[in-house]
Amino acid sequence: MPEYKKPNSKEEFEKNFSQIKPLMKETQAYYESSRCLFCYDAPCVSACPTGIDIPLFIRQINTGNVTGAAKTIYDSNYLGNACGKVCPTEVLCEGACVYNLQEVKPIEIGRLQNFATSNSIRNNIRYFEPGLPINKKVAVIGAGPAGISCACELRRSGIEVDIFEAKDKPSGLALYGVAPYKITNEEALEEVNYLQEQLGFNIIYNTYISSKEDFRKLEENYDAVFLGIGLGKTNPVNIKGENLKNCYGAVEFISELRMNHHLTETGDTVIVLGGGNTAMDAASESAKLGAGKVILAYRRGRNEMGAYDFEFELAKNAGVEGLFNVSPVEITGIDKVTGVKFIRTQTNNGKLEMLKGTEFIIGCDMVIKATGQLKQSEVMTNIPGLETDDKGRIKVNEKTYQTANPKYFSAGDVISGGQEVVNAVAEAKAAAAGIVWFLS
Amino acid sequence: MPDLKINFAGIKAPNPFWLASAPPTNSGYQIMKAFDLGWGGAVWKTLGVPVINVSSRYGSVNYRDSRMIGFNNIELITDRPLKDNLREIEEVKKYFPDHAVIASLMVESKSEWHQIVKDVENAGVDGIELNFGCPHGMCERGMGSAVGQEPEVLKMIVSWVKEVAKTPVIVKLTPNITDITEPGIAARQGGGDAVSLINTIQSIVGIDIDNFVPYPVVDGKSTNGGYCGPAVKPIALNMVKNCSLESGIGIPISGIGGIENWRDAVEFILLGASSVQVCTAVMHYGFGIIREIIPGFESYMKEKNFNTVNDMVGKAIPNVKNWENLNLNYKIIAEINKDKCIGCQLCYIACEDGAHQAIGLSKNGSRVPYIIDENCVGCNLCSLVCPVENCISMIRTDNGKFTETWKERTDSGNIPVTFDDPLAGGLNHFVPDPLTALKKP
Ligand SMILES: Cc1cc2nc3c(=O)[nH]c(=O)nc-3n(C[C@H](O)[C@H](O)[C@H](O)COP(=O)(O)OP(=O)(O)OC[C@H]3O[C@@H](n4cnc5c(N)ncnc54)[C@H](O)[C@@H]3O)c2cc1C
Ligand SMILES: Cc1cc2nc3c(=O)[nH]c(=O)nc-3n(C[C@H](O)[C@H](O)[C@H](O)COP(=O)(O)O)c2cc1C
Ligand code: SF4
Ligand code: SF4
Ligand code: SF4
Repeated sequence: MPEYKKPNSKEEFEKNFSQIKPLMKETQAYYESSRCLFCYDAPCVSACPTGIDIPLFIRQINTGNVTGAAKTIYDSNYLGNACGKVCPTEVLCEGACVYNLQEVKPIEIGRLQNFATSNSIRNNIRYFEPGLPINKKVAVIGAGPAGISCACELRRSGIEVDIFEAKDKPSGLALYGVAPYKITNEEALEEVNYLQEQLGFNIIYNTYISSKEDFRKLEENYDAVFLGIGLGKTNPVNIKGENLKNCYGAVEFISELRMNHHLTETGDTVIVLGGGNTAMDAASESAKLGAGKVILAYRRGRNEMGAYDFEFELAKNAGVEGLFNVSPVEITGIDKVTGVKFIRTQTNNGKLEMLKGTEFIIGCDMVIKATGQLKQSEVMTNIPGLETDDKGRIKVNEKTYQTANPKYFSAGDVISGGQEVVNAVAEAKAAAAGIVWFLS
Repeated sequence: MPDLKINFAGIKAPNPFWLASAPPTNSGYQIMKAFDLGWGGAVWKTLGVPVINVSSRYGSVNYRDSRMIGFNNIELITDRPLKDNLREIEEVKKYFPDHAVIASLMVESKSEWHQIVKDVENAGVDGIELNFGCPHGMCERGMGSAVGQEPEVLKMIVSWVKEVAKTPVIVKLTPNITDITEPGIAARQGGGDAVSLINTIQSIVGIDIDNFVPYPVVDGKSTNGGYCGPAVKPIALNMVKNCSLESGIGIPISGIGGIENWRDAVEFILLGASSVQVCTAVMHYGFGIIREIIPGFESYMKEKNFNTVNDMVGKAIPNVKNWENLNLNYKIIAEINKDKCIGCQLCYIACEDGAHQAIGLSKNGSRVPYIIDENCVGCNLCSLVCPVENCISMIRTDNGKFTETWKERTDSGNIPVTFDDPLAGGLNHFVPDPLTALKKP
């Protein structure tokens, strides 16, 4: 039984994709902030990659100093609003809240954070200004969370910043990747605009930087370059039928969903291949788009999935069915997907084994491959002296985020291989400090 | 089944839970409704020459998500004509002959006192309460706490009332005084049959910091009001205790101030009250709170084998001593239950910054703090700040065989008398060396 009717209008889409962390009302924020214990050396703070002083901002909300609370947040995290909405708080700050140990509901830190920062964005309350110009220029590639965070920090040191962005909008995967029920397009864009108005970095849109010549020019015109280019397209699974019509990569499918909302196509039966958070998102999203049936197929067992438990719960609640210990061998169909042929698997001492003769086909009219993202190797190879690790991630100095080419710094998914928005923000802020150090 | 019936200074009631003279007792409608729900008595909103009130009238102290932990008002006595009140008193008594209806009164001259006492008794009240407590508005006109603060005047007025009163007279005391027993003694000497306390405490609950006006605001201005509600209970309990201990009073006490649930009522009674009165809690939650008070109170009585309310009155009084008679050899130290601890470390920072540096933080990554037994003075602070029920307990460490009080030590000349006396209690207590501890050059 599908839980969701196919949305045919903006309103119906918003209903199906309603925010799982909606903006708190003032009364909610007051009561929730009252519960915080103001722990000493609070474990929630240690669990936040950007180290926001959580007990302090919660107390500020409680005493009616909501703009002060937002300042506390922004002092540590330039995308405090987006993070409040999209962070997997269950495994970060809220997961570390001491209340969990007595099975009391942890403080809703993410929503409180969003409450404070939304108020400042809505009322355009400004906290930052650019530093006195020091006659240095940095090129930032990519206007995703990493690029924006780095740009903000550089501007505060008086460095001029030009961001080159391939797309026509900022925010990277926070706009094109994160599930629409976590953050709306407007929210993702408003925060960047709010920061840009305060700090005045330039964003040059529709500009894909990739050739040797592109980088040579940048090196000529800028004192340093920051790479916040994230990851690339969906990994191919290298099986027959992968190029059939209606077989999508998850990243591409989600990006289309974020842009086209209810106009995004879905199927009667959708099979999602993968066991990570992106697979959970793609499955939930298909269900909320009104697919008749959504099957999440994973090679190993339920408990071996990389996805967070709460993400799988979210998918199950949306009506998604799990199919475990099956590996896809072929996507069937002539020009259009008609099904997926699986083989059953078992894990032996951690090694995946295919069980011969157990092949079977499940019919479907759409397949979404959530099998990870490619690295942007074509871009990286054109940067002289850049080094990557065995997984294709750019190697950087842990403290300064400087790459093997001293003029280049990097942070975010491109160095981690794919983490969360908050990690990109934290690393990129540190990288900006590295750049300031390098330029002085 | 324990018996809740009381006879308070001659006033009979089905239980000791009464409504204090205040807005909840403003009318016959409200009092009948309260009696229907289980209240045992009501002290009518103070009668006298009717007043004109302002708006707004109330202010509140909120603590985080708790509303009205303290409450203040700038209202005066009743603003309704006496004849309406008298008619309603009669009606209430007709329907509730066994409930206690007490008229609170406040007037000026002897003849007015005589007249109004007769009027309310003719209407059928079971007793009279003299309002010498109102701390605002009325006292500026020479009534209320202006009288309550002058024991001689108070005594005189009580005696005027006693000249005509046929029903018991309760004298309501104001807490806005240094020693509550002085007006208490005067009440007794004037012939009063009982005292009730406390009335409200002079207060300003807060300021509108944008417009520079205290609350409650009346057209951009304000005045001090009377404070009540849960926040005043400790002050009221102490004053009730003082009156219980004062032999010059020796008449029944009706306890008032911050009572909201059965526990509060029990506490007042254990310190010597034999009825209790409630105002703010009803203004906050309505008469229905009696549904929680009665069964809670009854099951406590059963558990403790009290058959009547009188059995409980003053049970805690023998355990109230002057400080000099407390045992100096009693020693306790804190103990943390590791399984309950949630690692908030509030105990650590409270003891470190606010007490005796007797709690340490683990170096092995655990967030559970530990007690440094030698440094712990047994002050309780950590156990009070700990958010987990029964997580920090205070454990006795002396053997209980030797008691010694300050008084005994004074009598035997064994107390510190010079500034650097070797008998100083904290002589060898550990305190960190500030320069080393704070890494100062
Ligand atoms: C499906 C999905 C769901 C996710 N859900 C969450 C979530 O719920 N919560 C969460 O915290 N994180 C989530 N993430 C992860 C999060 O979005 C990323 O970790 C984060 O966006 C990384 O930021 P970044 O700036 O490093 O890279 P990106 O966000 O990928 O930004 C890179 C930017 O650079 C641009 N760019 C790339 N190459 C070039 C080039 N050569 N020239 C110019 N511009 C270029 C891109 O267009 C993009 O705007 C999700 C990721 C995916 C894929
Ligand atoms: C709005 C208001 C009006 C009051 N009016 C009277 C009054 O007319 N006569 C009186 O004796 N006490 C009056 N009081 C005092 C209460 O009877 C009571 O003594 C005091 O509120 C403490 O009890 P509580 O903490 O239960 O409220 C008033 C209190 C309030 C809040
Ligand atoms: S751990 Fe929880 S209770 Fe403690 S400070 Fe953080 S949010 Fe507040
Ligand atoms: S009882 Fe007082 S001194 Fe002892 S550990 Fe607790 S706070 Fe410190
Ligand atoms: S206050 Fe209580 S819960 Fe918090 S660390 Fe101390 S013992 Fe543990």
